[in-house]
Order: sequence, then C-alpha cells, then structure tokens
Amino acid sequence: MLETVFNGIAMKNPVVAASGTFGFGREYDEFFDISRLGGICSKGLTMEERFGNEGERVYETPSGLINSIGLQNPGVDAFLREDLPFLRSKDTAVIANLGGSTIESYLEGVEKLNETDVDLIELNISCPNVKHGGMALGIKCDIAYEAVRQVRQICKKPLMVKLSPNAENIVEMALRCEEAGADSLSLVNTFQAMAIDVDKRRPVFDNLFAGLSGPAILPIALRMVYQVCGAVTIPVMGLGGIASWRDAAAFLMAGATAVQVGTANFIKPDICLDIIDGLEQFLRSQGCRSVSEIIGAARQ
Amino acid sequence: MPAKHCESAVVIENQPVADGIFRMVAWWPYPVQAGQFFMVRGWDRFPLLSRPISVHDADGERVVFLYEVRGEGTRLLSEKKPGETVLLSGPAGNGFPTGQIRGKVAVVSGGIGIAPLLLTVKALSGCAVTLCCGFRDKSYGLDAFRPYVQEIRVATDSGKEGHKGFVTDLLDPADFDAVITCGPEVMMEKLARDCIAKQVVCYVSMERHMACGVGACLGCTHHTAHGAKCVCKDGPVFRGEELYA
Repeated sequence: MLETVFNGIAMKNPVVAASGTFGFGREYDEFFDISRLGGICSKGLTMEERFGNEGERVYETPSGLINSIGLQNPGVDAFLREDLPFLRSKDTAVIANLGGSTIESYLEGVEKLNETDVDLIELNISCPNVKHGGMALGIKCDIAYEAVRQVRQICKKPLMVKLSPNAENIVEMALRCEEAGADSLSLVNTFQAMAIDVDKRRPVFDNLFAGLSGPAILPIALRMVYQVCGAVTIPVMGLGGIASWRDAAAFLMAGATAVQVGTANFIKPDICLDIIDGLEQFLRSQGCRSVSEIIGAARQ
Repeated sequence: MPAKHCESAVVIENQPVADGIFRMVAWWPYPVQAGQFFMVRGWDRFPLLSRPISVHDADGERVVFLYEVRGEGTRLLSEKKPGETVLLSGPAGNGFPTGQIRGKVAVVSGGIGIAPLLLTVKALSGCAVTLCCGFRDKSYGLDAFRPYVQEIRVATDSGKEGHKGFVTDLLDPADFDAVITCGPEVMMEKLARDCIAKQVVCYVSMERHMACGVGACLGCTHHTAHGAKCVCKDGPVFRGEELYA
C-alpha cells in the first residue's frame, strides 16, 4: 500500500530519514530495524573529512532547533569504506548526500559515488553552515543552475537536488534545477536563523547564523513544496518539520512523492515507524489501495 | 532484541530531596550501566527536545534519576505524578569502566554531578571508595552512598556544611589509584590535570548541550586526543588525558 517508486527506485514506503539527522543509520539501528524505512539519506559528505564548526552547535527554540554543525563528516572515501557496506546490508534505499563548497568538489564527489551502489545522489546545494560558496549555491539560481548542469553531465546516478528555503525565489530555483537536468528535488533544508545569548551579550553561534529546523518551519516548508510541485514535472521529496503521519500526509497531499523526516528523529528515535504505521492506517481508513492516491490530493 | 529502547516508563515516585533537586523512580526492565544516561521527555510537543538525564541508580527493574530543575523541561519532569509516564530513550553513552578499576578510588562530584555516581560506587564493590562532594550550601542524597563508601568528604561554597571552598581541596589524587569525577567542567579539568601530572587514572563525565543523544546530530562533538568524539555516544565518560593532555 505504501510502496513508492522514486526516480525508478522501488521503496517500500515514502518515508526517508533526512540527511544530518540519522548519521549513517547505525545509531538508530540499535533502536529498531532500519530496513523498515523507505530510504536513508547519509550525513552530508564532502571529499575531505571535516570536523565542522567550533563553539555551540545546537540551540533549542520554540518548536525548533537551530544547528551549526558545519558538515562534520568522515569524507567520501571513509563513507564508502566503512558506512556504505552497513547501509547496503539493510533493505532500504540508500541516498548519498553530497555537500561541497565549490563546483569542482561536487564533481569529484560525484565521480567517486558513480562507482558505488548508492541508489541516488542528493546534491546538497543548501547547507547554510559552510562559508564561501555553499550558501550562494543555494540562493542564486544562476549559480545553482551551473552547478547542477555540470554535475548532471558526469553523474551516472539519479540526481536529486536539495533546495534551500533561503533561495532568492524557490519556484525559479526549482525550475532552473529541473532545466539543468535534476531528476528530482528535495526541499526544504534549514532556514537561516540566529540566536543571541542575552546574558553574555553575544551571538550563540561562532558562525553567527545557523540553520533552523523542526516543527516551527513546517507551514512555510509545506507552502514551498506546494508551490514547487505545481511548477516542476520531476518528483519531489518534501521535508521541513515533519513529526507525525499527519504532517507527512500533508506534504504528500501538497504533491510530494515522498517525504523526509529530520529533526523529529531526535524527539523519538523510532518516530519514522510511527509515521509509516500511521500513514498506512490512514490510507486504510480512507479506502485507498495505494499511497499514490493521496499524492497531490490537496492541490487546487 | 535491540540494544536500546525507546519506551514509556511508568513513574513510581517523584519527590523533591532538596531545594530544586528531585528524585524520580520509574519502571525500566532493561540493563543499565553506571555513568550512562537517558533522553527523557515527560511532555508531548513542547519543549521540542528530550532532556539528557544521567542514571542515579538502577536495578534491572527500576531506574532512578536525581535531577536539578533548571529550565522548562526539568520543571515539567518535576510535575510528574506516580502512575504517569515518561518517555525514556536509551540507555545512552558508554558509562564508567567500573570493572577495570581497582584499589583506592576517589569519586569526586560538584553539585548535581553527584547524580551518576551512586550506581557507580555500587559497581565499585571491590574498591575502597572515598566520596568527595561539593555543593552550594548543603549536601543532599548522601545517605544512599554511605553503605558503599569508606568515607564522605563535603565542601560547600558557602561553608554552611563541611569545608568552605572547592571540592578539589578535599583530596590529593596521589593518594588514590583512580579518580572518577562529574561536575562543572572547570572543576573536572582542574582535577583531571592534577591526576595527569601525578599519573593517576582519571575518568571524567562530560556534559554538553545535545539534541539526539545517540550520536547522529553531531551537536555535542568534542575535540579529544583521539579526534572528534560525540559526548553522547563516545562519552559522556572520557579518560582525563583524552580531554586535557
């Protein structure tokens, strides 16, 4: 009933763990069988190992979480050597999230991933926590177009581009990425935000600005997914604050083919299972035979 | 069976033991090690994140938390009544390697840092344990320790009880085979550096803001001698020289 095909990849359900909230799956596999998930997006990978940002990295807000991790990751090679075999041993779609700061570094990463058995590459052009380039890629349509175009030319995997809600125009950005050859889109990444420690009279984060996620951003993310799904012809994975099956259903009804669950994994490690089971019960109660029957159901 | 659990646990007791300090007992039928913690939530959607709370005691049927009310999350926890439930995820973290520790052991706490040390001294059954604990004004929770320790030394900031001054004034690490500590970072660093200088094994339990508690969000990453480590998953217990060498 929940079976979903996304860019030709057969997934057992449309619920995918979002990048940066699920490690490489091992930590959550201690709580539940992660093979039950539709898919898993890896932590954002870069060519070189990165420590990430100094100082405070997480800050809780009303119904939200601001993070300034800064793409801490072991590097593409270590991922391929140590983490991909584990993920591949699970019966779930494996999505490699690829970050970078220059077009050249994306191209290098894609070449490495081409030779592996990852199902899909999620091109992260939207990390707000990496200085010099990462953010501009996600904001400026022309720069994003050029990056996606060049990546598309060498990429042998289905290519999903992860969009930033900080883009100058989210619909224009989506259309340009489609035009540049993206096979699908995921949206939205975190909103650029900040926090100030009033006792110390200074910003909480060393980088000043950081990325806001969690239920606080859901209504805006949903609006953007709705708009983008109305503009592009390629499939969309919707995300942004999803923490219940109702939230997930809303994104599907807005037109997303699948959803990603991010910050909510921190609330309850097995929350994806609640969402999967809840969606299935909802579909039954609605007399649906397939989840595809509710995709875009709320569109006017 | 999974190694970790995320389950509703029924609260058996939840009482204040001192000003702003509560002791909660809940049913928890799984093994827990000294020095581990749980991600605890006693509410639905607000606050967003669960709270990392260290294990004060556990016996395979029940888990005990000794916690300080600091913000909205711990305030909501303090309002839990027997029969109500809290959501527990864990146990999280590595805990103290109590099985490897022998001889004379100093267990040193500052403030609510005493919380994870009761199960720890129970697990140090073959050792001669001296508990050195610092508080603001008055001690709390010490009766539970008495059967398991040879000596208790108390320091307070105000001097209202025990030594007036730092808990680190109460011991010379050179007198011990190992030191275990939990409390304010400045206190632990001073003690750990002293231990390193005197070549005494020291285990430090760190506290950090954390979101997930499982090693996924990388919000609590800390530089160590062995590279970047998650306080929640690779810690919270580290060897002193991993942190301060």
